[in-house]
Amino acid sequence: MTAYLKLDHIDKVFTRGAATTEVLKDINLTIEKGEYVSIIGHSGCGKSTLLNIIAGLTGATTGGVLLENREVNSPGPDRAVVFQNHSLLPWLTVYENVRLGVDKVFAKTKSRAERDAWVMHNLNLVQMTHARDKRPSEISGGMKQRVGIARALAMEPKVLLLDEPFGALDALTRAHLQDSVMALHQKLGNTILMITHDVDEAVLLSDRIVMMTNGPSARIGEVLEVPLTRPRKRLELATNTTYLKCRQRVLEFLYERHRFVEAA
Amino acid sequence: MNMTATKIEVETATPAATVAPVVALTPKRPPRAEAYARMARETAVRVIPPLVVIALLTLVWELVCRRAGSALPPPSKVFADTRELIFDPFFDHGGIDKGLFWHLSASLQRVAFGYSLSAIAGIALGVLVGQSVWAMRGLDPLFQVLRTIPPLAWLPLSLAAFRDGQPSAIFVIFITSIWPIIINTAVGIRNIPQDYRNVAAVVQLNPLEFFAKIMIPAAAPYIFTGLRIGIGLSWLAIVAAEMLIGGVGIGFFIWDAWNSSHISEIILALFYVGIVGFVLDRLIAGLGKFVTRGTAQN
Repeated sequence: MTAYLKLDHIDKVFTRGAATTEVLKDINLTIEKGEYVSIIGHSGCGKSTLLNIIAGLTGATTGGVLLENREVNSPGPDRAVVFQNHSLLPWLTVYENVRLGVDKVFAKTKSRAERDAWVMHNLNLVQMTHARDKRPSEISGGMKQRVGIARALAMEPKVLLLDEPFGALDALTRAHLQDSVMALHQKLGNTILMITHDVDEAVLLSDRIVMMTNGPSARIGEVLEVPLTRPRKRLELATNTTYLKCRQRVLEFLYERHRFVEAA
Repeated sequence: MNMTATKIEVETATPAATVAPVVALTPKRPPRAEAYARMARETAVRVIPPLVVIALLTLVWELVCRRAGSALPPPSKVFADTRELIFDPFFDHGGIDKGLFWHLSASLQRVAFGYSLSAIAGIALGVLVGQSVWAMRGLDPLFQVLRTIPPLAWLPLSLAAFRDGQPSAIFVIFITSIWPIIINTAVGIRNIPQDYRNVAAVVQLNPLEFFAKIMIPAAAPYIFTGLRIGIGLSWLAIVAAEMLIGGVGIGFFIWDAWNSSHISEIILALFYVGIVGFVLDRLIAGLGKFVTRGTAQN
């Protein structure tokens, strides 16, 4: 088993004045190429901090992130992020938002026409070509997130980082988008790391689910393999015993052994 | 239950498909005459109320100032006294004996100079203060004190420094209008959502690209608020400054009229000052609206 992405003894301590808070403690994880891994935990457990460390947006206090055996500690397009609230630039059109990344990443390797075609190809993957000249304020939340995904995909990242990508969407749109992401993963074989707090979403999409204990000093409590074959169908899984067992397992972890402490 | 539901769906689906092209063929556009009528109505609703108010106020003014011994002239006298100035704004008898157009254009030129300088310097300093915590800590207290100094208080100092009226007036405009531009730009830069910064980091924009593609568009609504306040202050300051420095300019025109007891000319000049100030304000507001289109709401 070769590690594609490796989180190596990551600790994170926030210091404000004299007070220090240990957010993450000794996080170790290896992810293989093409794997879909979810990180689940209660809010405040530091899962977003962990994603920011992997993305290079925040530095780890000790330990590090290795991508293909090379340490990465600054942000880059090889670890493109789909942000929770889409983070599209409102003054750019859908097309321009995707193009922004493409122009930087492929500045030397692709010609103008190729970059244009590549942007359209990625918009097509998320079925958003029809809105190419619209501004983010003119499209729905689900569409924005699709564009966010297209923007990340268009950078051809080695690892796609999803930061609660469906958290701000209504249930129907969320299901629809989850199916889209599953289809994309199937088609493109990306390595995906997703932060979520939705148990069903984690079980449905992931190959492995990483469950985090409550902070402060959050650790990886348990890693669960989801041995469901792909492609997975939402409706069929509703009665699938493996699915239900996995779901049960995660629920037990979150609500029995590591119940959310209000005071924290 | 299931069966009937599917059936309904099929039935409604078929007519919908045939109706669609018909709808597309008859574009819903009201007849031209109707559109003009509506436009006329909308204009009337906006234009008539202020006209009525102005007419009423003029009437009151006329009635109040008409009596013999009144200190200020009624509108009819103002018009009679300033006929020449109104109908021939372009005359030039040399010196400062020029038409109002020349006075206004001299003032506007000074404002254009001073304001352009303050816009450039203000945005640059605002970006610095907004971006760097240390620059803010160092400069912000200074700005907060300096900005409370009234425009005219700067004039003697700038006259001492420049030894000439023209650059002094421009400096007064600059120093008056720069503060709201700096402060608003800084607030705009500080309020750039972390998300946009993260996006820029992931895409690896260099500082120059970040400035042009993220910072300026993101802060544009704030910057234009500052620019709009700034242009208003510039116009306020120039009239006052020109009263003191003399020469051609609407400010000195007013002062000169006062010295020669031409009260009607003062009233006419005030009218023009108001109109020009209003137009300047609208120009910047319109420019801001054009530049920040689509960015206001997210």
